[in-house]
Amino acid sequence: MTEMVYGAVPERAGDPIIPRWWRTIDRWSMSCVFLLFGIGLLLGLAASTPLAQRNGLDPFFYVTRQSVFGGAALVAMLVVSMMRPVVVRRLAVLGFLASFVALALLPFFGTDFGKGAVRWFSLGFASFQPSEFLKPGFVVLVAWLMAAGQEINGPPGKLWSLLITVVVVGLLAIQPDFGQAALILFSWGVMYFVAGAPMLLLMIIGGVVFVAGTFAYSRSAHFARRIDGFLSPEVDPRTQLGYATNAIREGGFFGVGVGEGQVKRSLPDAHTDFIIAVAAEEYGLILVLVILGLFGAIVLRSLGRLLRERDTFIRLAGVGLACTFGTQALINIGVAARVLPAKGMTLPFVSYGGSSLIAGGIMVGMLLAMTRTRPQGEIGDIFMRRGTR
Amino acid sequence: MTRRPLRPLARILRAREEGGDPELIEAENIRLRHEEMRDKARLRAEGRLLMLGVLFFSAVLVIGGRMAVIAATEVEAPRAAMISDPIIGHRAEIVDRNGRVLAMNIDTHAVYAQPPQMIDPARAARELARIFPELSEERLLRDFTGERRFVWVRRQVSPEQLQAVHDIGDPGLLFGPREMRLYPNGALAAHILGGASYGREGVNSAEVIGVAGVERFFEDTLRDPDRTAPLVLSLDTTVQAAMEEVLQGGMSLMNAKGASAIIMDVHTGEILAMASLPDFDPNNRPRVPTTGDQADSPLFNRALQGVYELGSVFKIFPVAQALELGLVDPYTQIDTRGPMTWGRFRIRDFRNYGPSLSVEDVFIRSSNIGTARIALQIGIPRQRAFLESLGFLEPTSIEMIEAPTGAPLLPRNWSELSLLTISYGHGLSSSPLHLAEGYAAMANGGTRVTATLLRQDQPQRGERIISEAVSRRINQMMRDVVTRGTASLGEVRGYEVGGKTGTADKPRAAGGGYYRDKVIATFAGVFPASDPQYVFVVTLDEPVETSGTEPRRTAGWTAVPVAAEMVRRTAPLLGLRPQVEVARLDGVTLSGN
Repeated sequence: MTEMVYGAVPERAGDPIIPRWWRTIDRWSMSCVFLLFGIGLLLGLAASTPLAQRNGLDPFFYVTRQSVFGGAALVAMLVVSMMRPVVVRRLAVLGFLASFVALALLPFFGTDFGKGAVRWFSLGFASFQPSEFLKPGFVVLVAWLMAAGQEINGPPGKLWSLLITVVVVGLLAIQPDFGQAALILFSWGVMYFVAGAPMLLLMIIGGVVFVAGTFAYSRSAHFARRIDGFLSPEVDPRTQLGYATNAIREGGFFGVGVGEGQVKRSLPDAHTDFIIAVAAEEYGLILVLVILGLFGAIVLRSLGRLLRERDTFIRLAGVGLACTFGTQALINIGVAARVLPAKGMTLPFVSYGGSSLIAGGIMVGMLLAMTRTRPQGEIGDIFMRRGTR
Repeated sequence: MTRRPLRPLARILRAREEGGDPELIEAENIRLRHEEMRDKARLRAEGRLLMLGVLFFSAVLVIGGRMAVIAATEVEAPRAAMISDPIIGHRAEIVDRNGRVLAMNIDTHAVYAQPPQMIDPARAARELARIFPELSEERLLRDFTGERRFVWVRRQVSPEQLQAVHDIGDPGLLFGPREMRLYPNGALAAHILGGASYGREGVNSAEVIGVAGVERFFEDTLRDPDRTAPLVLSLDTTVQAAMEEVLQGGMSLMNAKGASAIIMDVHTGEILAMASLPDFDPNNRPRVPTTGDQADSPLFNRALQGVYELGSVFKIFPVAQALELGLVDPYTQIDTRGPMTWGRFRIRDFRNYGPSLSVEDVFIRSSNIGTARIALQIGIPRQRAFLESLGFLEPTSIEMIEAPTGAPLLPRNWSELSLLTISYGHGLSSSPLHLAEGYAAMANGGTRVTATLLRQDQPQRGERIISEAVSRRINQMMRDVVTRGTASLGEVRGYEVGGKTGTADKPRAAGGGYYRDKVIATFAGVFPASDPQYVFVVTLDEPVETSGTEPRRTAGWTAVPVAAEMVRRTAPLLGLRPQVEVARLDGVTLSGN
């Protein structure tokens, strides 16, 4: 009986896949993703036309591409979300291996598109950023290792996952892509935290970071200047950040009006890293809050659903995916709002970019697969009077 | 807590005895422990998930709130805010002591072109060359049709030119508002003001920066965006104008190639007027000459930068010092038999004054030999210290950017010969401004005064150089120079002019000796001598007065009449009442005003 309700989704013969998927999927989160993608297309119409014109392309070249990739991403999301967690795990581990190899080969075959960091493979018709695809696979692999590490007589999963994390972070750091490296490290930390990191250790780490930061701030003029510059209310208006801040100011609460924005003409990354500035300028604070709300809803709903989850692997994987996804969005918006130092990171589903879109689709697909409603042994609890403490 | 073993020996042994499978017991125990662990882990994870959720939610709130704060802040001057270091065209006015404007900013426009937006570059170039004759049509056409995307056409234009350019009607010709510096009095006080030009230029404004004089010296003060009050100088425009006019006339009458004059308040050190001729119009400042002697350029400020051996005007210093030290009194007889020889060097007087003169007469009649003998009593260290205390060993500290360039030329080796020659103004070169400071200290009761171009409210309380009694005595001697000495043409009725003449042979430019026929003629003095208020220095460069039978070059014939005329014109403007004894008006009853 317990084997029947634990871990695996009970499969009834003849139960059709799609109706069951519709019954068990988190439809609210899925709707949020669709809305985000729609907002992305809408902003792309505004943000990418100046770039297309600069590059001598059809004005809606990037929008067309975005909808093609977006369609592929949504399909990937739906297909992945229909898989069982075990299948997701297998495919994710394979995907991790593939993208890890791709990441390791970047220094030899990659290109930097003149931006100073080797992050892409150029495939002619499109480019491919392995680190985007690495993230979902990495999260699932780490979750699996940690869950296995908790089994009796299981492998030392936490240690192994830490080693893998260190290697991946090292590979990202040599690109250099400190933003992604920090995100990877962060998602490992979140999973370790949920998997039961000792509180004492967390407090010691926090204390060490605080002391080291204070020490560096008081001793190193360079470090102090960086921090002061970041904290200072004034920003050099000729930097991307300055343009973004100005755009948010210009936009105010309700925006300057559709198509009236100027920042998209001055910012080279208006359609990717600083899409939120375009949103803030043309549609105002309202749209920014809507976007934030959508991301927040996805993450908080997923976390809420995972509260009830009893399977360690699913819980860890779900938490890791949700936090990675949400944090990436928060970093992107936080940079424009100058809460965080500048890091190149896309806004999932909203920014232009094929790799980012499809990887985002896969990631959210996995997340939806993890948060599907499953029997959690409630009947067993009632019968055996357990788990009611 | 006590943990139950996975393979409890008692149960396993019993199971073996009863023929059961001990593995089942272990599996059952493992399952139980597993469930226990899971429940524990789930409860712990529940708490931590909630923490995560709260953290994430607050992060969203923080970022959203921050966005709202940024969105709520006002956009000040949207385009100007795009530039971190905005170009500020502001520059405060400069006014004289009575508030008359010497320099001000007015609005104007620059004309620039954006060739990509031009419709008919050829016509635009042709029309522009017609409006601005100094521009070359070919050059403009080349600029307009070439690669350039931006071309300055004119840095500033008049309203009429602006309209004419507007009438060309080409959308590629644009106007950039900016401010320009205007000197409404033209060449008046040109050297003091200096001039201005443009620094960083944008299409919306341009920095107006000072290039010389007080404009450059007070650059930061004038450009301070928070400053609205004008810079108040010590100059008096009317005195300056009268002085420049007299000096210009005197320079041409005396056929001098250059001239300078200073009028300074003996108590406050305020420069009331200072001029150097030839001068220039700061509205259209000439270029610095690349060839020839910089000292012949109109840009050269003779009063400040021109360091000359000023000659006999220096005799006041050894005489005053000797009186102060008590080495002599005014009536002590000094041996003036000439020529006085010192090694291979001979000192002569302009004429033979007989075997001896009183100290007073040595000064009044200007005996080189007598002054040299007085200097011998003083000695090198005391002479040097005295001149140092009067500021003759270093540049003046007046508020002009050129001040450091007016550094005195000192003898490389202050020998006994230097002691003798410096006493009558040779061997040490200084600027007329140095001399004015020195004379002010002699005349004002004996305290050091430094020249300033800023209006002062109270007298300076400088270091004491000589006693008041000596100062009074010196003033009396200077007055005697006019009444019965070398400066008899310097008498101005009612203003008691006193002073000392100096006629110095110019050193040869190539070095080695002096010209016979080229002099610097100087008259330095005070008025009114009974209670000196102002000190003046008039210097003419290579004057020659040709009204007589033979050319006369001495200061008494050249600089003194010019200075007298200057005092006659400026003293009333300075508010001095003439001390004229009016003949009694018999038969007229004076009523009160």
